[in-house]
Order: sequence, then structure tokens, then C-alpha cells
Amino acid sequence: MRRIEDYGLSQKEYQHILETLAREPNDVEIAMISVMWSEHCSYKHSKSSLRRLPTKGPRVIQGPGENAGVVDIGDGLAVVFKMESHNHPSAVEPFHGAATGVGGIVRDVLAMGARPIALLDSLRFGDLSEPRVKYLFSGVVSGISFYGNCIGVPTIAGEIYFHPCYTQNPLVNVMCVGLAEQRHLKFSKAVKSGASLLLVGSLTGRDGIGGASFASETLSEESESKRPCVQIADPFMEKLLIEACVEAAKLDTVLTIQDLGAAGLTSACSEIAAKVNKGVRIDLSRVSVREKGMSPVEILLSESQERMLLVVERGEEERVESIFKKWGLRAARIGEVTDDGFFTALYDGKIVAQIPAALLTQAPLVELDPTPVLLSPSCVELPMPRNLEEVFLELLASPNICSKRYVFEQYDHMVGIDTVVRPGHDAAVLRIKGTSKALAMTAECNPFYCSVDPYVGAQIAVCEAARNLIVVGAEPLALTDCLNFGDPDKPQVAYQFEMTIDGMRDAATALNIPVVSGNVSFYNETEASRVHPTPIVGMVGLIEDASRICSASFKNPGDVIVLLGPMSDDQRLCEYTRLIHKIEHVLPPKIDLELEKRVQRCCLNAIKDGLLNSAHDLSEGGLAVGLAECCIFGGIGAVCELWNDSRADFLLFGEGQSRILVSLVEENLERLIQLAKNENVPIAVLGRVTGDRLVVKLNGRKLIDQPVRKIKEVYESSLQRLVNQ
Amino acid sequence: MRCAVVVFPGSNCDRDAFHVLKNVFGLDCHYVFHEDTFPPNEFDLIVLPGGFSFGDYLRAGAIARFSPVMESVREAANRGKFVLGICNGFQILTESKLLPGALLRNKNLKFVCKDVHIKVVNNATPFTCLLERGQVLRMPIAHGEGRYFVSKDELKEDQIVFQYCDERGNVTEDSNPNGSFLNIAGMTNERGNVLGLMPHPERCCEEILVNTDGRKIFESLITHFVRRQEHEAN
Repeated sequence: MRRIEDYGLSQKEYQHILETLAREPNDVEIAMISVMWSEHCSYKHSKSSLRRLPTKGPRVIQGPGENAGVVDIGDGLAVVFKMESHNHPSAVEPFHGAATGVGGIVRDVLAMGARPIALLDSLRFGDLSEPRVKYLFSGVVSGISFYGNCIGVPTIAGEIYFHPCYTQNPLVNVMCVGLAEQRHLKFSKAVKSGASLLLVGSLTGRDGIGGASFASETLSEESESKRPCVQIADPFMEKLLIEACVEAAKLDTVLTIQDLGAAGLTSACSEIAAKVNKGVRIDLSRVSVREKGMSPVEILLSESQERMLLVVERGEEERVESIFKKWGLRAARIGEVTDDGFFTALYDGKIVAQIPAALLTQAPLVELDPTPVLLSPSCVELPMPRNLEEVFLELLASPNICSKRYVFEQYDHMVGIDTVVRPGHDAAVLRIKGTSKALAMTAECNPFYCSVDPYVGAQIAVCEAARNLIVVGAEPLALTDCLNFGDPDKPQVAYQFEMTIDGMRDAATALNIPVVSGNVSFYNETEASRVHPTPIVGMVGLIEDASRICSASFKNPGDVIVLLGPMSDDQRLCEYTRLIHKIEHVLPPKIDLELEKRVQRCCLNAIKDGLLNSAHDLSEGGLAVGLAECCIFGGIGAVCELWNDSRADFLLFGEGQSRILVSLVEENLERLIQLAKNENVPIAVLGRVTGDRLVVKLNGRKLIDQPVRKIKEVYESSLQRLVNQ
Repeated sequence: MRCAVVVFPGSNCDRDAFHVLKNVFGLDCHYVFHEDTFPPNEFDLIVLPGGFSFGDYLRAGAIARFSPVMESVREAANRGKFVLGICNGFQILTESKLLPGALLRNKNLKFVCKDVHIKVVNNATPFTCLLERGQVLRMPIAHGEGRYFVSKDELKEDQIVFQYCDERGNVTEDSNPNGSFLNIAGMTNERGNVLGLMPHPERCCEEILVNTDGRKIFESLITHFVRRQEHEAN
């Protein structure tokens, strides 16, 4: 027999198993426990910290704990969403790693009884000048394109950042949003004893065995040899599964649906059983396998993709099977729900495993041992660049700021014909056919802020995601997160994680945005480097009146340009200090949650009152880049005059928070000023939309004067140039 | 006008086409599953929608042409019924030899999704009868295999219905998004009742989606259909 450590179990964990079972586990059982107790499946390092996040709200139908979060959007409809990582697989096999990442999260949404309607991706890579990074980048983008396009779910938003800390360990986080009629939603509480378990979709093969454990280790030179742990993607099969599951979800006799992801059948069955204190009894001989001679362990742990488990009322199996048959899919009754609380697996008529289902899903939690990390200085003295216009152009071309058009044009972002605001803006917007409503969605995290101060960085991630929704006219509904960190057993990582949770909690509480689902990905490190703490925040907002959607682009000559929020000269960490001065270790911008709240409320009210022609969140690159983007999107120029005694470079490029750039007809200005006054929000008139150049003057001196055509060219061609270099 | 939208396994623009025909144009619209067949007079317009029929793992449209429904589509086409193949539908039409030529991998080998401009080359078809020759439309494309190829002796000039062009209608290499032969974006059969189109007219038929240029193709079809009926009644 293999040693306990080979299964990735500690002596303490093994003792717990012995005490619970009152016997030694057999080989099949210990393999099942070992995978289920991996960090990836058990969340043993993060579970207790995650409980600090706010998860309740008047619209929340389902918070964390099911396959995805569910939020009420009225009209009997619900929006369902979740984000998940596929970092490790993408590090060794970028194409299939990313593709199966898309597939997995789509099935989570499908399992709730929803039709997937949108995908978002948050990606992190090393420096594009490295050949391996180019390979990873191209592979990941092609994988997402291959899978998302085929299944007909539009990829409508996302974000990409580049930094050397992601060279060996890229991050691939995928968010899926679904739409469901509330009466068709599926929850695990509907599971009852005697109900049948139907395994549908692909054949079960030997691929991806141990994938969950692989994702729960740090990457090393041996990781290359783990390539067989990466599953193979079959988007066509997924597309059929989507259609069949959406149809099946309409039947009340389908009690619940569970996707097969990490730890395959073992995880799916034990989740179904343990959540309602039941058991399952399955016959592995009934599982359709891809090849002969698969052992019980292999069948139980296979992570073959594009499979789902349906719990169906006894006697109603045929009706459900016929739906899958119509789509050319297999459906096999492999067992049933029992009363005894045990996960019982049979093979060739013999019991091969029999352990409490709850033992599988409740790994002993591991306490974090955080050690505070010394914070960096709040600011440093920097020389003033001679030519700010050159700095401006350099920033526009920075891969962290420039347009990601090169990427999102490889994704079908229009299929479904609901995409009203396309990728590349603060948030994407989908109308909901048959209603007057629309949904806005975004994913956001500046990892540079998080690396220096994870508490503030996490707050900013939440605030900025919310601001991205506000500027299109949406009320934030709820958020999902994907928390990417290094090895949690290391005290610094534990500290970063705890601070991040606190930051998210405080910002989400202040803005009243519950966390309804999420995912934690630890062990994103190699011997050489560790990723920055990267808590990606995915957020969905509701627009009640789809005729009042706002966008970032300047619209009409003569419109007044106004800044909502402080005209700050925040001299802290920003893309400008990183790119031009190579300074990364100063504190990130300050964030005042009360001010943030007021700025957001003021902007949303102004949009709802129809006062604004455009609104754009100021983020990386500050005011100057924000202005440039409004001009580029609108294909029209602007002239702005600032009167201020602060440093010109930080006025232009500083990343002070809680700021929104808007434009409006002059007649509405008085009303906007009144709104801002009521909310105690600073407001400043900067200039006008006009001509075909962007001109920015400070105290009467021209700092920027560039044709929009040129800045558009710089902004839109940069990424492709870096990839092809 | 009674319309059918064919659903192949892997079709993913079927519901979009259905929505536009039914809810935007108020037409009588039905889904037809790929395993089903129908009598040739059953539908006046048959749409083969976009998507990845059978995953397009072999060659786009290569498997779909063997579906039983394609026999019915062929017969309906022979009777002069309208057949509109959009994107994957266009690929299926060339694979089925209902249209000449073939659609190859895009020149840059990448999937491309964006708005393009197309120019009306032939307005003497039922699909373009309300359009002017030389008129420029803006329409989204979304495909990985859209590079149209046809040998010169297979091609009759008036079968080209749309060409990729720039905003002002110039047919240039820069405005060709996939490397198509002669910038071809849309082709018809000799009789003019079957149209294959790489751009997606169903994606630009509603005000809320900003662009409504796609309406003109469906409006042309409806107008042509009504005129023909009036003509036959007389």
C-alpha cells in the first residue's frame, strides 16, 4: 500500500479518518478521501475566513454553497453566476487548460437550471517579451475562443494584466453568467431518498485523474509531467449538454443537477448526498467508459469533461433520458439516493467503497498562521519627466492599459443578439429579451495595489467593479470572486489572504453588495516566484430601463466634461510610477468607502435622470488616460483646462479613487451640480467635447495636444504589436 | 411568409434567427430539427443558422450536409423556395453543393468577431431587391472559416451578391477580414433563391443593438415574397 503522505494526507488527517471509520480505509476509499480533501475540493485553508464575507441581501436567492449564486431580478427571472480558476492546467497546457476552464464554469451555471448567457475572463501573464509567455498567452486566448465560440455563449468582458510574477504561473479565471426562470431553478435541498442518479454526457475516461490534487500543489519542474492531469475539451458535447440540461431543468421531476468537475463522480455524488444528510449507492459497472479495464478508482475520480449528474424522481427516468437521447447524448441510471448517509460504490456486484458521504465533503479545516508583512512607504520623491505627452503615449501603449481588441475580436461576443455594450468598455451590457431590463457585468482587480497592500487592494477591486457597473447605469446586484494566492501554509500568503478577505468584506458591506459565490486558488507559485495576491471581483448589475444605458464614449460636440469626485493628485502607486519610474513598492491609492458610495450614488442618479451623455470610471492611467478613452470610443476630441498647483504628472496620471468622468449638455449642468451638492460629492468642470484632438492644459500651459486618430492608433495597435514582436 | 429555422446539433444562432423572424418581423416561424424532413411546399423561407454544426471538428458544415433535413432543403430550393444560409449555414450550403465554392480557414488562422462593411454587388435577388447597387451595409461577422474560395470557371459574376469593402464602398485588401477570393461575403445560386452569407444580418435588426442594417435583407425577402404572391394571384 502507498504511504499516507503519497496521498497528500497528513498524519492528523489520517487519524481523523481512522476515528470516523473505526477501521482502515481501503485503497479505493483513501484515494477518494485524498482527492476530496485536497485544497481544491475542500477549501480547508479558506473556509473559515470566507465566512466573514457578507452573503445576504434582499435579492439573494442563493448565496455560496451551491454550484453558483442566484439573484432575483424581478419578472420571475433570476441571474445565476460564478467565477472559477483554471490556473494550473493552463500553466502546463494552455489551450485545453483554458478551454476546460470555460467548460467547467458553464456547467456550474447549468447545474442551477439556468441557460448560460455570458462569459468573462480575467487573465494574468508574465512579460509578453518572453517566448514562453507568448506561447501561454496565445494558447489561453485560442482555448477560450475555441470553446466559448462553439458553445454559443458570448464572451463579453474581462481584463488582462501582465507582470513578471505570472511568468511561470499564469492566471485563467473564467466567470459565467446565466439566466433562469425562478420556477426552474434547481437546488440540492430537493434531493430525496429513492431518487435516481442519472449520469449524462461524455464517456468516462482516464483523463484528468488527480487534477484536483495537481491544482493543490505548487508548480515545479515536475509539473510538465502532470500534463495528463489536464482534461481534454469537447465544446460540441458541452453545447449539446447545455441544450439538453436547459430542457430537462424545466421538468419538476428533475430534482437537482450537479456538474462533474474536480474529483468527478466522487465529488458530484458526495455533494448531492452530504448537503441533505443522505447517502448514495452507485454501481460503477453502469458507468459508460471510454476504454476497457478502467478500475473503480479511475471511474470514481475521472475528471472527464462534459458530464453532469441529474437527480430524478423515481419512475420518471425515461422522460428525462428521452431529452438527452434527442440531443444524441448518453444517460445512464447509475444508482440512487439512500437514507443511510453512506457513499456506497459497487463494482461487479461487490462493494468497493463505503464511507460516510459527509466524511468526504468535510475535510478537517486547517488554521492559517498569518504573519504581518511590513508595508511599503506611502510615497517617494520622483523626478518630473521632461515630456509629459510622451509619458501619456507610453501609458496608452502599456499592455495593462491599452485596448484588448486583439483578444476580444477572437471571441464571439455577439451571439445571442443581446450584447448592447460590447467588450472594451467599463462593463458589458446584455439586454434581456421580452423585458425592458438589461444586465451589466464586469470583472476587476488591480494586482499591483494588492501586492503592496492587500487590504486596500481588495477594497479597490470591489469598489472599481461596482463603479464599472454604475457608469453604464446599472445597480450592482451581487459579486462573485476568484481569489488567487500562493501557498497558504506560508505565513505571508496567509496574511495576504486574511487581509484580502477583510478588505472585500469591508467594501462589500459599505456598498451593500453581497458575495453570492466564489472560488479560491492557492499554490500559485513556483520555487522562483509567487503571484501577487489577485482577488478578482466579478460583478453583475441590473438596469431596469434598457433605454437608459450609458457608455464611456463622448457623444456630442459642445457637451461639457465634468469630473465627479476629487481632483486628486494621489502621488501613490499607479501605472505611471511602475512604467516610467519602475517603482512598484509604494502604497496604493487611498480609498474612502463613504465617499465612494456617494460618488456612485450621484452618478447613478444622474444617469437615471437622463442627465448624462457619457460616464467613465477613472482607473489605470488616471485622468489623462480616462479622457483619451472617452475620445477614442467616441471618435471625437476634447479640450480640457485644469487650474491646480499640484504636480502635473500625478494630476494627469495619478490613480486617485472614487472618480468618474462624465459629459453632458450644458443645460443639465446645473442639475448635476445640485445632485453632487446633495450627495456632498466634489465636482469640477474640466472642459468640452469638441474637434478631433485631445487637448489638456494645466494653468494655461498645454501638456497634451494629440489628434484622436493618433491616440486611437497607439491605444488599439499596441497589444498586437507586443504579441507579434 | 412561413419560415423554418433548421437546428443542427451545434447550431448556436438558431434562436437568434428565430427571434428576429418571429418577434422583429412578425413572421410565422418554426424550428425544424436536423433529423426531421418536410414537404417542399411547407416553408417559404428556410434559414440555416450560424454555429458549429456537429462541432465543425472535421470541416465546417461537412457533417451537417448528411442530415436528413438537407434533402428537404434541397427539394425546397429546387422549387424556388428561399434558402438563407448564415455563417455556418453558408458553409453547409457549399458543402451540400447548393452553392459553388468552399469556405476555408481565415487567412490569419484566427477566429474574428467584429463589424465589417459589405457592398451590394447584385440587387436583382430576392434578398437584395430593396437595396441599391453599390450600397454599403455595416454588419457583424463571427467566424474562423470564412475565406471564400471558388474556381473561376465555377463562378458566374452575377452570383456575387456582397463584397467586403471599406466604409465608403471601396473593395480593398484591408477591408477583407478573412482573405476571401474577390472579397466575396455573400453568394447566391444561379436561380437566385439561395443565399449564403458570412456576415450576420440577424445580429443587426433592432434599435437597441444600435445597428439595423440587417433588416434590409429580411425586408427585401418579405417584399419580394408579397410581390410574387400578388403576381401569382393576378
